[in-house]
Amino acid sequence: MLGKTAGGLFWMYRYLERAENTARLIEAGQRIALTRLEAGDAEWTSILQSAGVKGAFDLEYDAVTRDAAVDWMLRAKANPSSVLSCIESARENARMVRTALTGEVWNATNAAYIKIREKLARKVSERDLPEVLREIRQHTSLVRGMTHGTMLRNEIYDFVRLGTFLERADNTARILDVKYYVLLPSVSAVGTSLDNVQWETILRAVSARGGFRMEYGPGGGPAEITEFLTLNKRMPRSLAFCVDKLRSNLRYLHRGVEGQLPSLAMLDHLERQYLSHDIAAVFERGLHQFIEEILDQLGRIARQIEIDFRFFQ
Amino acid sequence: MSDGKIFDEMWGHDEQLRGAYHGFHDWFADEDPARLRAKQREAEELFRLTGITFNVYGRAEAEERLIPFDIIPRIISGAEWSKLSRGIEQRVRAINAFLHDIYHNREIVKAGRLPEAMISGNEAYLPQMVGVQPPGGVYTHIVGIDLVRTGPGEFFVLEDNARTPSGVSYMLENRETMLQMFPELFSRNRVRPVQNYPLDLRRSLAACAPSGTSGKPVVAVLTPGIYNSAYYEHAFLADQMGVELVEGHDLRVVDGRVAMRTTRGYTPVDVLYRRVDDDFLDPLNFNPDSALGVPGIMDVYRAGGITIANAPGTGISDDKAIYSYMPDIVEFYTGERPLLQNVPTWRCSDSDDLAYVLDNLADLVVKEVHGSGGYGMLIGPTASKKDIAAFRRKLKARPSNYIAQPTLSLSTVPIFARSGLAPRHVDLRPFVLVSPEGVKITPGGLTRVALKKGSLVVNSSQGGGTKDTWVLEE
Repeated sequence: MLGKTAGGLFWMYRYLERAENTARLIEAGQRIALTRLEAGDAEWTSILQSAGVKGAFDLEYDAVTRDAAVDWMLRAKANPSSVLSCIESARENARMVRTALTGEVWNATNAAYIKIREKLARKVSERDLPEVLREIRQHTSLVRGMTHGTMLRNEIYDFVRLGTFLERADNTARILDVKYYVLLPSVSAVGTSLDNVQWETILRAVSARGGFRMEYGPGGGPAEITEFLTLNKRMPRSLAFCVDKLRSNLRYLHRGVEGQLPSLAMLDHLERQYLSHDIAAVFERGLHQFIEEILDQLGRIARQIEIDFRFFQ
Repeated sequence: MSDGKIFDEMWGHDEQLRGAYHGFHDWFADEDPARLRAKQREAEELFRLTGITFNVYGRAEAEERLIPFDIIPRIISGAEWSKLSRGIEQRVRAINAFLHDIYHNREIVKAGRLPEAMISGNEAYLPQMVGVQPPGGVYTHIVGIDLVRTGPGEFFVLEDNARTPSGVSYMLENRETMLQMFPELFSRNRVRPVQNYPLDLRRSLAACAPSGTSGKPVVAVLTPGIYNSAYYEHAFLADQMGVELVEGHDLRVVDGRVAMRTTRGYTPVDVLYRRVDDDFLDPLNFNPDSALGVPGIMDVYRAGGITIANAPGTGISDDKAIYSYMPDIVEFYTGERPLLQNVPTWRCSDSDDLAYVLDNLADLVVKEVHGSGGYGMLIGPTASKKDIAAFRRKLKARPSNYIAQPTLSLSTVPIFARSGLAPRHVDLRPFVLVSPEGVKITPGGLTRVALKKGSLVVNSSQGGGTKDTWVLEE
């Protein structure tokens, strides 16, 4: 398989995953804004931070408003992580790796591009927002479903998974990073309505409200939420889950090859250092530092994968 | 030629339904036009979602556009086809012999049948190919012969495409679309399949692998990249053949072989189906600014380490100035009379011809020798006085840049217009594969149709569309 194709697949699925995560963050922000009593657009600041696009946003706008934040995350061409930019990049990569995809996956990707571009051709009104977000999620889900249902489980699929889970781990870590202070047991005034709202933002941002209740029942506070999103191996967006998937796909790719694979060694190190202890140890180390270090390592691993599999040279 | 009356392939010269169209006609008579209109829209949606697009050059934003598809098939009888394909095979064999000759002994020049200047003065001539023996002796692995028709048995070759003919993906997708939308039409008519083309292509390319190849030859398609106007086709063919689609930066010369960068290192390529022009193929040997090619690939090629399809330097055989010599070329190399006719052509480089052309501009089609895509040509009968005057100046300034031909009354085939069936002018590009195992012509080809009433320009870049092309079993 060509190095370029491996890179194209990796990035195609990173962008698809990012588009979906951004849509989910907007949904969470909208939901919080509607159910909260006090006025103001405070929640959108942390939503922009979670999406990692606050810095670029501040260059374009003087203040954070709901309309500006939603438009920036949904359609801004100047924002490479907006849903529209992500879908365009995903489709461009898909075009590049067309021969590695099944016809079904290509058609679903192209349809997602055509339909989402239509929906985002002009500003989305508050009234239309839920419908548009639903459609975005539906189209990206279709691509994922077609990928799952029609692609051979060979090295092509491994690069698909690497892109998906690297992006997902990065997203989950970033959400935790922005919100880490509400999860610190010492600081939080447990049980206040403010905390409840904050916790819900986090869970909604990773589509984990239902799962969390199933795992922890009606109780569960910051320690449990943190554990769920970092160490829980059954939660499909947790760091441990994503890292586990990354490792098995790197192992498949390395099967039958002599010597050590540097990216795999780095991943093993990440797992040992950060994800094989209990949640008490995480808090002891310091949640903020824990997340920062994981984000940093994920970035290094992504760059090492590029080198190990000759994406660019 | 013809008496001026336009020949319709369904209704002939005299409104008599022609044989090949009987099955279609009966089916159509029972169809509800509203249903067909819905089907037409469905076809367009299918193309759009599949992303069968071409990029338009010369626009600010690289825009992807669909080529309009017309649901009415163009039908050719088995007998017509066998006659045509004999002529095509003869012509393609002659082109290969001609290319071998001009890059070796130049017998045709020695025999006085072609002026030497036509070769050495030609931009498409590559001195780097002199004395090179391409693997399997094949120069043009893939050829598209553009044909037009003026009467029941009257076909003319308009152009030979011996560099990198495109459009075969439309031939295949058009058929696929028709099969999906009108399966009943195919159970009523015995239409010869075209779907084997990608596998035939792969087999044909593999058969041309360098003699030292061990095991199954590694084939790859070389594309200029996703912004090229025919990128869809490049990806389509690589996908259908099950081979890698590479760009120049995926390839490099490693240990005297051209190799592609895989996730596990460099793997040699045996046969490269390149969709990159000669000039961009190798920055060390041709255009030094090219970022699309592979530095040193020509040296590997000359040493017999890789097959390049089509061979570099084949462009000289489809040049419009050489075209006018094709009847001589066919006769010289095959020893037979040409089975397919050429359109009579005036070479403006010749002063007598130029004088005639200047006197008759309003009746002629004048083309650039190296032009393509329907750009830079004059269609005398439909041009305004002003256009003709402007063209006259260009022609006088550089006469050797032009050839002229009479305006043929191209045949028509019905399209599905708002008012029902309406005749429109068409041409035909059959696709030909050449390997040491023989010449293979896919029964059918790409029919391009001028959708505008009365228009003779079928190019997709100028508002032309396409149709499924049927060849019936004999």
